[in-house]
Amino acid sequence: MSVSHWQAAFAARAGRDEPQWLTPMRRTAMASFSALGFPTPKLEDWHYTSLSSIADVPFSIGGPASTTTVADLTPFMINAEWPTIVLLNGTYSPALSSLDSLPAGVVVLDLVQAWQTHPDLVQRHFGTVAVSEHAMTALNTGLMQDGVLVHVPKSVVSDTPIHILHVTDSAGVSSAQFPRTLIVAERFATATVLESFVGLADVAYFTNHVAEVVVGEHATITHSKIQRESNLATHVSTTEVHQARDSHYVNFSMAMGATLSRTNVYTVLDGENCGATLNGLYLGKGTQHTDHQTRIEHAQPNCFSRELYKGVLDHSSHAVFNGKVYVHPIAQKTDGKQSNHTLLLSPDARIDTKPQLEIFADDVKCTHGATVGRMDEAGLFYMKSRGVPAETARKLLTYAFAADVLETIENETVKQALQQLTLERYAGNGAERRTATPAS
Amino acid sequence: MLEISNLTATAGDKDILKGITLSVQAGEVHAIMGPNGSGKSTLAQVLAGHPSYEVTGGSVLFEGEDLLELDPEERAHKGVFLAFQYPIEIPGVSNAYFLRSAYNAMRVARGGEEVDPMEFLDVMEEKLKIVEMDDAMLARSVNVGFSGGEKKRNEILQMAVLEPKLAILDETDSGLDIDALRVVAEGVNKLRRPDNAAIVVTHYQRLLNYIVPDFVHVLAGGRIIRSGGKELALELEEKGYDWLLQEALA
Repeated sequence: MSVSHWQAAFAARAGRDEPQWLTPMRRTAMASFSALGFPTPKLEDWHYTSLSSIADVPFSIGGPASTTTVADLTPFMINAEWPTIVLLNGTYSPALSSLDSLPAGVVVLDLVQAWQTHPDLVQRHFGTVAVSEHAMTALNTGLMQDGVLVHVPKSVVSDTPIHILHVTDSAGVSSAQFPRTLIVAERFATATVLESFVGLADVAYFTNHVAEVVVGEHATITHSKIQRESNLATHVSTTEVHQARDSHYVNFSMAMGATLSRTNVYTVLDGENCGATLNGLYLGKGTQHTDHQTRIEHAQPNCFSRELYKGVLDHSSHAVFNGKVYVHPIAQKTDGKQSNHTLLLSPDARIDTKPQLEIFADDVKCTHGATVGRMDEAGLFYMKSRGVPAETARKLLTYAFAADVLETIENETVKQALQQLTLERYAGNGAERRTATPAS
Repeated sequence: MLEISNLTATAGDKDILKGITLSVQAGEVHAIMGPNGSGKSTLAQVLAGHPSYEVTGGSVLFEGEDLLELDPEERAHKGVFLAFQYPIEIPGVSNAYFLRSAYNAMRVARGGEEVDPMEFLDVMEEKLKIVEMDDAMLARSVNVGFSGGEKKRNEILQMAVLEPKLAILDETDSGLDIDALRVVAEGVNKLRRPDNAAIVVTHYQRLLNYIVPDFVHVLAGGRIIRSGGKELALELEEKGYDWLLQEALA
């Protein structure tokens, strides 16, 4: 597979104005990417997901200026009152962003601006969390054009969610985007960050996103991702998290777009009394390929982790779940629970699920499990016997399968938005908004 | 209303119904009794269209129409209702949403219009009284975490909402204490009308003290071996099923 296209893109961007420390970091990353190349199914971590379809595509880096307006983004805002920063075709769009309602003390900036106004902060954390030796992470570091810094100072509690909206429109056709997110929560800080990936046009493009999250002592970060890229897009996103003692990190990954998507969520519980919750829902249709890989590393004693991923796969869609819980020898009293449940709606749909526990401490409580099932025929007959048409009954039961993992989302507005997206996928009735949410 | 003639059915390769003939007219209550494994529940489920059973012979006419040709939801639209012996749990779907989906589907199938959630709450207020249920039950997932009695009440609530012409109660009394039994039976009685009918499937005579049948049929080995009036149920209570089974064999 070809890396030369990307090496040429890297060479072309030489001499750009950026912090001195960043240039050698990029060079090292590109060298690493060049050595690794695009991942192939020969790698254990990429056994079921191949990026070969895009490795040789001559994507441009980012997209040209476009005409997308605030009104075009309305359906994707979740809540227009929330501070929202928009990256359009990989680049910060001040015109589409609205950061007026930021809670006092909280900083949300595009990275290009942040490394001018907050150079020390960015330098202190950038590249220190996303340290896994992954070719895609290295490629992001090498070619990153822009990104977002979220900084929540000590003891600041940000009640209002911060929305990072990554948008690709028709001008982004055949482009590759390398957005970067850096979230830093200082001691005792609390914040909710929502990242959306949205495709406005049915065009092909490649998103390769990296998020680094630093969760300080006693801090809590709730971080959700909604992936609804264009049906022709390829989406790779890696979130790496570092947790200090007494911190909590809560992640939810909703995957419903893209022809191929791969989401990595890795967290290191690197202090005592930490908690990590990684939940997610993947909805596959057509020939979509949706891959999640999570890794929870218990590096210190007395921490807990919870993980629940659910999936609904229709047609000949294919999903992969690979969740690893790694418990270091020192991490006694670890309490870990992990499960993955998938509903197959079609005989051609496929799931490869691999929950993994690797435990090197002797006093821990860890469980894991996975199920793969088909439509509950007893429930179906029950509903039909009450006059509910077969198709409606199927959709309702499908929604019901996904409902409990959505129920774990703490923010009511985000929860309702994702319930609505799921309902629309399976019940196709936008008019049923809110009052009719089956759970209510 | 219902004409069953010489109905045979199998589950897998096992013959269960071996020729049932039964006629039910509007306004009547028929009790179907019999020992375990006699085919009572199978008959109830076959009438509702359960996919696990295959009808191998005979016919079932409901108001002159071939019931066996219809899908389960179409049977419901025509007015057939089965109160399940083991009501199904549906996590993630609230009772209110489920009932309203069923109610609206029925209205649309019968040429009416859907009601909105507010109108439906008005409908429910009156129906809940019939089974002495609290409206808190509406917010809970269908049958999830319900006690045995609550599940059976919920079945009768669904029946009250859907107003069937023919209600088939499959061992609705099983697992109920005497208070729950009374509530369920009174609910059924309140829903009785001259233009509807009920088939009450039960193992014990106890329920029939509350829901008084016009006819009692004894099912054994997949056939009706004896039919009579309500006094037959009392006789069975006193003497058990053995004497009938021996007579049938003789």
